[in-house]
Amino acid sequence: MRVRFWGTRGSLPVALTAADVRGKIVAALRGAAGRTLADDDAVERYVDGLPFDVAGTFGGHSSCVEIEPGGSDYVLCDLGSGVRPFGQAVLAKHGGVPQTFHIFISHVHWDHIMGLPFFTPAYIPGNRIFIYGGHAVLEEALRRQQARPSFPVDFAALRATIEFVRLEPGTHYAIAGMDVTLKKQRHAGDSYGYRFASGGKSIVYTTDSEHSLADMKEADGFVEFFRAADLVIFDAMYSLVDAISVKADWGHSSNIVGVELCQRAEVAQLCMFHHEPASSDETLAKVLADTRRFEEITRTGAPLAITSAYDGMEIDL
Amino acid sequence: MDISSRRYGDVVVAAPTGRIDHANADSLTAALAPLVDGAASGATALLLDFSGVDYISSVGLRVLMMAAKQLRAQARRIGIAAPQPMVREIFEISRFNMILDLSPTVRGGIERLSPDAAKAYDTAERAGAP
Repeated sequence: MRVRFWGTRGSLPVALTAADVRGKIVAALRGAAGRTLADDDAVERYVDGLPFDVAGTFGGHSSCVEIEPGGSDYVLCDLGSGVRPFGQAVLAKHGGVPQTFHIFISHVHWDHIMGLPFFTPAYIPGNRIFIYGGHAVLEEALRRQQARPSFPVDFAALRATIEFVRLEPGTHYAIAGMDVTLKKQRHAGDSYGYRFASGGKSIVYTTDSEHSLADMKEADGFVEFFRAADLVIFDAMYSLVDAISVKADWGHSSNIVGVELCQRAEVAQLCMFHHEPASSDETLAKVLADTRRFEEITRTGAPLAITSAYDGMEIDL
Repeated sequence: MDISSRRYGDVVVAAPTGRIDHANADSLTAALAPLVDGAASGATALLLDFSGVDYISSVGLRVLMMAAKQLRAQARRIGIAAPQPMVREIFEISRFNMILDLSPTVRGGIERLSPDAAKAYDTAERAGAP
């Protein structure tokens, strides 16, 4: 299985500013002082050796994650703004040849559905789109965001065949060659996490999920949901202290709780996701380094790999 | 969880030990209860001597958060002293060092909370108090 991140930012899409880009250029040029960058290869090698937060960016699209289980159908988690470039990539690859999409929605808050009106394949007859979720209001929410006066193009203009499928926690579903289960999560209006299993590999997508530190039974339930997963894509939006103080009940979690749950569940890799919009690339890189250190000093079993999602990142399992 | 405590002037110094995690967070809460109850303790500040704490999890940090909230509601203060290097890192990575005052030594922690209590601590140390 392969996972490709099209949108990794939480709550609101963001973009680098001119000042941000300038800061990266200044940092790169400072690092180049005294070096001989005589040809393109030398320049490329130098750039490739720069820290990610200097040479790259975590990106700014809101939640949209692609899973490739190995079949011809497309599988997505959430319809954040990242689904727009995903749709463009599909069109570039297939042109107008009809495709089938399976889209799992964590919840219907705006940042997780806002990309649908800009998902070009949804306007093309012949494409088939299955939209899965645990919420009764799923279809209503997607239709409403395109209703006047919020958007000029009504949902009815989407000419692909679109089918909404209500899923229930505790049930196993066979979809796109995968075994799919879901779990209700603590978030305003509820959210759902998904576990996808195929070919002996398993991925958990768990975003917009707050974890109560006062409810051990709830924590145990998530440990079982994560149990021995190859990859857990986890809402690590806040620091622990923020998540349980000034941002308590905001519906999100922290890097610390992500590591603790994954360590207990003997997960192979934790990928931090749904980044705080106010966090700079430098801040997110620091959080990644800190989280790796936290995993290292608290490790009691097998190592837990720690990554931090960025737009364009791919993980092969 | 048993917590030994001593009073120096207007500061109570309490010393939890071992691991603080989901297995004993409730007992830590119970042990701290009389210390964070202003009427019961009579002190204006609480210093937790963490030199004997090997590990603290998010659940344990939440207990400290709740204690700090209670104390601040009574206009009282809390500090952490002498954390082991790993525990200090956990405070820093979780950003709890932003809301809890960390001091490398018990003496320094008392001094930050109350200079008068630090004098009482020095007197007790000179007298060889345990």
